[in-house]
Amino acid sequence: MAQHQVNYASTAGLPIALTSVDKLVNWGRSNSLWPLTYGLACCAIEMMASGASRYDFDRMGTIFRASPRQADVMILAGTLSKKHAEFARRLYDQMSEPKWVISMGSCANTGGMFNTYATVQGVDRIVPVDIYLPGCAPRPETLQYALMMLQKKIRRESADMKKNQKQNLRLI
Amino acid sequence: MRKYTPKDNVQKKSYHTDRFWTAPRVPQESVEEGSHFADVVNAMGDLAKEAFVSLGQLVVWIDATKNKEALSLLRDECGYVQCSELSAVDYLAQDGEFEIFYQLLNISNASRVRVKCRIKEGEAIESITTIFKSANFAEREMFDMFGIYVNNHPYLKRILMPEDWQGHPLLKTYPLQGDEFASWYEVDKIFGKEYRDIIGPENRDPSRIDKDDTKRFSRVGYEVPFGAEPTDTPTPIEYSETTLVDYNKSSTQLDERR
Repeated sequence: MAQHQVNYASTAGLPIALTSVDKLVNWGRSNSLWPLTYGLACCAIEMMASGASRYDFDRMGTIFRASPRQADVMILAGTLSKKHAEFARRLYDQMSEPKWVISMGSCANTGGMFNTYATVQGVDRIVPVDIYLPGCAPRPETLQYALMMLQKKIRRESADMKKNQKQNLRLI
Repeated sequence: MRKYTPKDNVQKKSYHTDRFWTAPRVPQESVEEGSHFADVVNAMGDLAKEAFVSLGQLVVWIDATKNKEALSLLRDECGYVQCSELSAVDYLAQDGEFEIFYQLLNISNASRVRVKCRIKEGEAIESITTIFKSANFAEREMFDMFGIYVNNHPYLKRILMPEDWQGHPLLKTYPLQGDEFASWYEVDKIFGKEYRDIIGPENRDPSRIDKDDTKRFSRVGYEVPFGAEPTDTPTPIEYSETTLVDYNKSSTQLDERR
C-alpha cells in the first residue's frame, strides 16, 4: 500500500514548480480579466448576453465590475458620441494599471454607419485600443474570441508595464 | 478657431436633377361644414389665418406673436390637452424664415391639430411651457438644433449637444459630417489643442485600408509586429490553435489570397 506523505513542510520537501515571473504574473492577469460594466449602445446587449448564463463569461474568470477602480478591461460596446467621449476617457483614466481596451463593433472601431458630426470616428482617438472587434453587433461568441485573443496577448506581454508601453509605442 | 461659414448653399441646390420630377405634395382638403374641425376653426376665429385638413388632421396657420392665445384656446375650449411635438423647419434659404409647428392631440375624440407659424431669422418665439408642460424639453431641443430663442422659457439650455458646442446641427447650412469645431471637439476637450497633431484628423472613410500603416492594419499573409516596417516576404497564416489541422500547408486558395 502506498504511503502518502501529507506534511510536506516538516521534511523540507515542498513540491516545486519552476516558472518565470512574467509567466506567473501574466497567468494571473489573463485568467481574471474583469471588464467594466459599461455599455454605450446595442453592442452592450450582446455584451450582457456574453456575461449571462448561456455564454457564461464567468467560466473564463471574466466578471463584470461596476467600478472602474476594480476593472482592468474596458469594453467600449457601441457608438461613442462626442458628448460622451470625455466621460469614457475619464472612466479609462480611473482604471488602475495594467488595463486593456476592447473596441467592440463597427461604431466603436470607426464610427460605423454614423458618419456624422456627433459621433467619435473610432474610439482609438480617445483611448489606446488593444483588440478591435468587427461586427454590427458582434455575436457573444465573437466577444468571447476577442477576450481569448486578449488573453493570448497578455500572456505574451512582460509583467513590467513600462516595458510593454515601450513595445506598443502607446502615444496616449 | 474660425467660425464655419458655408460656401455652398445646400438648400438652393435641388436634390433631384430629373426635370420632369415634381415633389409629391400631401393633398389638402377644405374643412368640412359641421365637422369637429369646423367647430375648432370657428372657435379660433381671427386667430386662424388659414385652415385645411391634411391626412385627417387639421392644419391651422396662425400669427407667431399669438401662439400662446391660440394654443390655450385650443386646450381649454376644444379639448386639445396634449402637445405631442413641437419643432421647427428651416426655410432660411427660400424665405429667410423658420416654420414652427405645434402638434396637438385631443384625447377624448382622437383628433389631431397642427398649429403652424413662421418667424424671421433672428426673431424669438414665446414659450408655451405655461400651457403645455411637455413643451419644455421640445423648446430646448428646438433651441439646440436651430438656434431659435424662446422667450420666458424656464431653463433654455442645450439638451442634446454639449453645452460648449458651436453651431446648430439641424440647420440646412450645417454640414452633416461637422465643421472644423465638431471634428476636433473630443480631442480639444480631452487632451487639448496641442494633441491635434499627434492624434491627427478624423478618418471619414471607414473602408480605408493602408497597407503601409502597420499600426492600424495587418496585411493578410504579410503580418509584421506592431509599428514595424511593412515587408514583402510572406508570413505563415495562423488560423487556429488546434494541432490537428495544418493551416500552414500550401494550398491554392491561400496562395491566391497572398
